[in-house]
Amino acid sequence: MSIDIDTARRVAHLARIAVKEQDLPALAGELSGILTFMEQLNEVDVTGIEPMTSVTPMRLKRRADVVTDGGQPGAVLSNAPDAREGFFAVPKVME
Amino acid sequence: MTALNQLTIAEARDALRKGETTSLALTEACLAAIEGAGALNAFVHHTPEIAREQAKAADARLAAGEAPAMCGIPLGIKDLFCTKGVPSQAASNILKGFRPEYESTVTSQLFGAGAVMLGKLNMDEFAMGSSNESSCYGNAVNPWRRGNDTAELTPGGSSGGSAAAVAADLCLAATGTDTGGSIRQPAAFTGIVGIKPTYGRVSRWGIVAFASSLDQAGPMTKTVRDAAIMLGAMAGPDAKDSTCSDLPVPDFEAALTGDIRGKKIGIPREYRMDGMPAEIEKLWSDGAAMLKDAGAEIVDISLPHTKYALPAYYVVAPAEASSNLARYDGVRYGHRARLGQGDGITEMYEKTRAEGFGKEVQRRVMIGTYVLSAGFYDAYFNRARKVRTLIKRDFELAFAGGIDAILTPATPSSAFGLGEMADADPVAMYLLDVFTVTVNLAGLPGIAVPTGLDGRGLPLGLQLIGRPWEEGDLLNHAYVLERAAGFVSKPAKWW
Repeated sequence: MSIDIDTARRVAHLARIAVKEQDLPALAGELSGILTFMEQLNEVDVTGIEPMTSVTPMRLKRRADVVTDGGQPGAVLSNAPDAREGFFAVPKVME
Repeated sequence: MTALNQLTIAEARDALRKGETTSLALTEACLAAIEGAGALNAFVHHTPEIAREQAKAADARLAAGEAPAMCGIPLGIKDLFCTKGVPSQAASNILKGFRPEYESTVTSQLFGAGAVMLGKLNMDEFAMGSSNESSCYGNAVNPWRRGNDTAELTPGGSSGGSAAAVAADLCLAATGTDTGGSIRQPAAFTGIVGIKPTYGRVSRWGIVAFASSLDQAGPMTKTVRDAAIMLGAMAGPDAKDSTCSDLPVPDFEAALTGDIRGKKIGIPREYRMDGMPAEIEKLWSDGAAMLKDAGAEIVDISLPHTKYALPAYYVVAPAEASSNLARYDGVRYGHRARLGQGDGITEMYEKTRAEGFGKEVQRRVMIGTYVLSAGFYDAYFNRARKVRTLIKRDFELAFAGGIDAILTPATPSSAFGLGEMADADPVAMYLLDVFTVTVNLAGLPGIAVPTGLDGRGLPLGLQLIGRPWEEGDLLNHAYVLERAAGFVSKPAKWW
């Protein structure tokens, strides 16, 4: 599978990573190389095989539905690049 | 006389209990060694105040006669572990300045057992790499050199700082994490021991996530006995990680009987790669001979889907990474890009992630995004997960056939020079994980043990793969191999 420049641009946007227009051809080439490597998987007969969801045959643990922690807005916000009045602050989202 | 920082965990534990030394003395010896080892760039955040305080507390516990095995032992902690109040960056600029408000379960258990933290260790960014060259702190450097050649070599990756620090005696042991070989490959490149436990043996809570279905933490140590001691302190149930097993943790050190008579060791024919260096071939057959001499039976086995492990891994791991790393958005922690006039929230995300993530991380996030995107999910991601089922089945069939452990090389070569792979395409770098990724895909325990030197005087290691949840038996096999190989070489100090 070869990735063209438009696909590379779309993938970068889906991943929310800004890529300069002049860097897209190299990126497309790299991604194509990796995908070609992955295409070996098409040689494998996977008829009737279940995709793995858990590597250990275990049921996910459950716990009581109770509050175990909280009430620490200061700790939660302490690493935020921009926090105001007890909230995370971001650029305007709606026009 | 052995300097205090050169001791193994077991030696230090015994000396501490006999009152022959103190944790503070061990800690000062390590801090001095770290001070003089800036050229290795292994420690990237230093925490001497915390270390001295923990050492004094450990000495008090030792004096009171209440001392678990890890009490007073100075350790290095991989930067991937969140440590309360101490920078925890996963070697990424996107987490610059991040000081967690909480402690990972692993470090919490180690500190609870009395262990001492000397500082945080270098690694590949987000644990994505096999050479420690993708770190925001710069390369970690292998204390080993090719004879008199002064070229700097990689300590491997992603736990490169951990491996360099242990090999250079900057700490008694270190924590590592392993998603595709990141404990075992650097251990092999630096002549130390590293074990990746069974998936679910050690809690992942508080460890920065790369690929959640593959990640496991484990110890990187000077000996197999130390790996057994330290793994015991790291492992165990944790209500904060729903994939962490409730199985009780056995006494791994007690499993080191040195007796493997009657055990069956599998030699998988698919691991005999085309163009494998003669030195690696010989190391492997010598290792098999050592286990045979110890009374084990050597059996040729087949793991037919081995060839597909790397491509399956490089679908599954980036897919999970793209999802895990979505949290780095410049809102809750870490770096946020400076915004231009009129930039909205999408520009904030895109610029923040372009500035904060390095090239390899960006590449993997984008590959992961692609294989999970509409129209390709079945062709790539689901197919890879099906192949993963087949890879695990290969191992299950081998173990069902009576195999107790599987012996393979740990790496396809000894440590290479820093920068030597710079012009190689990403896939060439991925091939370095060829012997280790299968173990993560199958969730099995695997251990790297140093067993020899190559023609240029660099360490080489073998890998043993065990049955799930039987780390004790695996460690015992490794212990036999370690004793038979008698690997005692240390790097000549140049730093």
